[in-house]
Formats: sequence, C-alpha cells, structure tokens
Amino acid sequence: MPATPSTHSRTYSDQLDVRVTDTSLRDGSHAKRHRFTEDDVRAVVRALDDAGMPVIEVTHGDGLGGSSFNYGFSLTDERVLMKAAVDEARNAKIAALMLPGLGVKDDIAAAHDLGVSVIRIATHCTEADISEQHFAMSRELGLETVGFLMMAHTIPPDALAAQARIMADAGCQCVYVVDSAGAMILDDVTDRVAAVVSELGDDAQTGFHGHENLSLSLANTILAIRAGAVQVDGSTRRFGAGSGNTSCEALAAVADRLGIRTGLDVLKMIDVAEDVVRPIMDGECVLDRLAIVMGYAGVYSSFLKHAYRAAERYDVSGADILIECGRQGLVGGQEDQIIQIASQLATTGA
Amino acid sequence: MATAAIVGSGNIGTDLMYKLLRSPDVEPRWMIGVDPESEGLRRASELGLETSAEGVDWLLARPELPDIVFEATSAYVHVRNAPKYRAAGIRAVDLTPAARGPFVVPPANLLEHIDEMNVNMVTCGGQATIPMVYAVSRVVGGVDYAEIVATVSSASAGPGTRQNIDEFTRTTAKAVEVIGGATRGKAIIILNPAEPPLMMRDTIYCSIPLDADLDAIERSVNEVAAEVATYVPGYHLVADPQFDVPFGDTGRGRVAVFVEVEGAGDFLPPYAGNLDIMTAAATKVGNEIAKRLAVKETV
Repeated sequence: MPATPSTHSRTYSDQLDVRVTDTSLRDGSHAKRHRFTEDDVRAVVRALDDAGMPVIEVTHGDGLGGSSFNYGFSLTDERVLMKAAVDEARNAKIAALMLPGLGVKDDIAAAHDLGVSVIRIATHCTEADISEQHFAMSRELGLETVGFLMMAHTIPPDALAAQARIMADAGCQCVYVVDSAGAMILDDVTDRVAAVVSELGDDAQTGFHGHENLSLSLANTILAIRAGAVQVDGSTRRFGAGSGNTSCEALAAVADRLGIRTGLDVLKMIDVAEDVVRPIMDGECVLDRLAIVMGYAGVYSSFLKHAYRAAERYDVSGADILIECGRQGLVGGQEDQIIQIASQLATTGA
Repeated sequence: MATAAIVGSGNIGTDLMYKLLRSPDVEPRWMIGVDPESEGLRRASELGLETSAEGVDWLLARPELPDIVFEATSAYVHVRNAPKYRAAGIRAVDLTPAARGPFVVPPANLLEHIDEMNVNMVTCGGQATIPMVYAVSRVVGGVDYAEIVATVSSASAGPGTRQNIDEFTRTTAKAVEVIGGATRGKAIIILNPAEPPLMMRDTIYCSIPLDADLDAIERSVNEVAAEVATYVPGYHLVADPQFDVPFGDTGRGRVAVFVEVEGAGDFLPPYAGNLDIMTAAATKVGNEIAKRLAVKETV
C-alpha cells in the first residue's frame, strides 16, 4: 500500500481516500444470467477479501427478490449465496442490493439476519421517495446504507442533487450517481458528482457506479473521485451488465499511480481477475455492437442479455430493440417490454 | 339508489367521484378529506356533493349515513376506519391495499363476496393483471406460478402509492394467488418518469404445463380482456399472448400477456389508466352492492 499522504480534501476515512465496492457477484449476475453457484461465490469472496477489497456485493443482478420470469431465475437461492459470502469474508463487508417495487422490507431483514452489513437501495433517479421506508428500517436494523440513483445520465445535475437529498434525509449514508447505461461522458460525471457532493455536504457521502459501454468507466470513475466521490464501484474483470463495469484491478493500479489510497493490493487484484473471476465467467464482457448501442442510446445495461435472447427468438435486430427501448424511455426493470418490442418488430417486419 | 360517501379527496377519490356520478345505482352524496384546500374537495363541492375536511368522524356524525363508503385514503387510515364503518352498519369498498376484507376483481369473483361488510379492491396493478392470471388459470386448472409487472407513469403515482410500495407488491402478489388462482404469485411495480407520461403497461407471465391447450388460453385471455373493457374501455392487449413452451430448462412452459390501460381522462389525463382501472372496478362493485341492497329493501 502506498504511504503517500492523501492529496484529497474529501476522503472516505483516515486510511482510505476512496472505498471500493466490488460488484462482480451482483452486476456480474446479469452477465452470468443469474447462474452463480455457491462455490463460485466462495472462491471470489475469499480471493477478493485477501486482496483487500473492502466491500463485496452479492445478490441477484436485479437485487433481492430479483429471481423471476422478468429478470431471470437464479440457479442458486440468493440467500444461500449471501450466507456463503458472509462465511468466507474475514475483513470485507458483504453488501446486498434491493429495488423498492421488486424487493420488500422482509428481504432486507432476511439479508441482515444472514450477516449482510451494507444495504444498497436503488431507485430510478427521479423516484427517490419510494425508498424512504426502506432506508428508515435499514438504519433501525443497524445496516450501513447506500442509495443508488440509477440512469443518472437522464436528468440534470441539480435535479439529481435534489433526489440525493431525499435519500439522505431518509437515512441514506452514501448516495451513488449510477451510470446504469454507461452513457455518461467525462464532464457529465464531474458535474453530477459535484452537484450531489455540494448538496449533501457532511450529511452523507457521494459515490459513483460506472459501466464500460462507451469505454469510459475508469476515466469516469477517476473524475468522480476528483469531484468528491469517496465510494466507487467496480467489477473484477469488468464482470457486469452491458460491457461490464469499471475494472477493479485496473482501478487499483491507476489509483496507486495517482496516489489515491484504496487499500487494494494491485498485484493480487490482477491475479484474482485472471485466475479466479475469469474462469467463472461465461465469456469476457466485451465492447461489442450492442454494448456500444446501449451507451449511445442510453439504455439500461442489464437489458443486454435480454435483447440478445429476444433478437434470436423473434429473428429481429438486437440493435433495433435497444434503440426502441431508448426511444420509449424505458427505465431499469422494464425487461418485459423487450419481449413486447421484439414481437412487434417481428410483426411489422421493421 | 344507494347513497355513497367517498373518503379521501386525492387522485383516486376524485376520479372515483366522476365515475359514480355516472352510475345508475349509486349516488355519491359526500366527499371527505383532511385538507380543506384540496382540489378534490373543491371539485366535489362544485358538483353538488356535501364536503368536509374534518375526516370520517364528521361523516359518522351526520343525521343520515351513507349506504356505502368508498375508502380512497391509505392502507394505514383504512385500518383505523374499517371498524367504524362496520359499527355504523355501512358497507365499505376499500380502494387501499389494506386488505381488511376479501379481495374482489370483477371478472374473477364480482359476486362472491357481495354481501360482505368490507371488500378490498386489491391494487391498480392487481385490477389490471389478475383478470389475465385468472384467464390462464381457468384453462389449465390453476397455474403454479404467476408474475405480474405493472409500469405506471411517475405523474400518476401519488404519495400514497409511493409511501406504500411494499404494501402494493405484497397485496398484489397475495391476490394473484387468492383470486388469480396461482399457487405462488409475485408482483413488481415500476415507476417511469418519461414525458409525455406513458400509459399504464402491464405484463403478466404464467407458468403453464408443457401440454397446455395454447389456443384455449389465447381465447380465454381475449374473452376476459373484452370483459374488463366493458367497464374500463381503454383496457386492451398490445400484442398476442407470447408462448415459450418449453421455457428454458424449467420443464414448464410460459405465456406472457401484454396489456395497456388507457384511462377515461376523468380527473387525471388518459395516461393514468392505473387510476381508472381501480375506480372503474370499484364503481362496478358499488353498483352490484347497491342492487343487492335494493333487493333487500323490497323483500
């Protein structure tokens, strides 16, 4: 770990400038079509924990209760996976994601009972007020709370900051600017993170979650840190929806070079990516045609696999499906409309 | 005609008022709110209803009581009010997800609980989707799993829906089982802020046996959709039912039904089909209760 003193005014703690959460066992669930085994989770958690990863998120890709027709059924009950993760982690905290409207408070309580210590509650970036009851009960349980404002590229910085305020007032301790579509380009991140930091002051921290769809996730993450984010997400080997998330191992390396303290062991992270995470992936998360279309059209990253499947089932263009999703302004969770759009494209012969 | 009071002067209560004013069986006479400045109370007063912002106790202190009360407040408020209506001998049609009385979804069980003192209208998502679960279920002899996804425009989701989102998902899932005939039900609600606001969209997935009669399922879905459209004219299928048989390696098949609900535009604009389906279903139930009360009076 570099001994360089921090050059940042805002830091996560005395020891860390920024705290990284690895989401390969949650966002990666999309890329894996929610087919994680207990052994997969144990191996990844053990290795990341050893490499110094402070927080590891483990849930169905769509959060607690996500196993469904609409999002894909889990191969293994997520509660089994969360318990396995808690068992393996020695220093890392285990986090779970939940989306109000899909998961319910009982799911949060169950995760807490399994030893999950960080709850991350996600809403579309204009709908923060549906999360108030969940933040309140999570704090009562003693959970650490994180709020996710998804598809944050769709609204201006001041509107986003106002939504962040709703979450913070409800009990959220760190509000993330979430680039679900991988559509943000450099200054888009700086402006939004800065607006949220300025709104929240010392009331709550600010975070950033990026996707690689326009090949900018790592650069965007560094800009978020420079704008005052003290928590950021990544996925080891970029294992996530769309073309994946910010690479944790590359982030560890870049942060080290820039003197940003993450607590991650760079060489160990590089090995975990290659030796532990890559073998459980169905394929690399690549910057292919549909992934770039998602970033360009501003479409929720987890639609990718669903669009591939629907394109094949109805013999239509996956890019056309995604562009139509973007045109209709679909938000995270509306995977059902992909089937409807594909069947309509098939009938109209478009 | 049976007399009625609407308790709650928000989006649902106000929209319901317009529907009841057109009812041949129910006469809305009172609207009760808690905010004297509310748009709903103002409109009700203009249309000749007696209004009060002093809550339910004001209503119950009137010399003449309504035959039927329509509760359009919140689940928490209805839990407090339900025993008061019962004690006063007033029939309650509950439009909150409080679920104190049995669920009613017109095409599935309109008359089953018609003599109960309190019936519950589930949720807007339930009224839009459970008829379709029922349509599939009655063909295959009960589905083992049904899942519904209701997407409503952000503009049509008031503070009640937002604060009660867990109650919405739980109550809807329960009614998918009890009324839809699914062994296990799941409900998902999504708010979409697109401008202009989008119509209410609902997707209904049912697990079906590999040897299910797909033509019969499709006929049943079309029949029930037409029946719902008799009281919610804007209710329609946006695509043919989509069958995946088998569905992956599950050993079961899946049917997906896609619905759109365009509202009548009584209070909120037509995108708010979620309001209409709730208030139209409640009006239908109110009409039936009124007919039963009329029969009892003549006996």
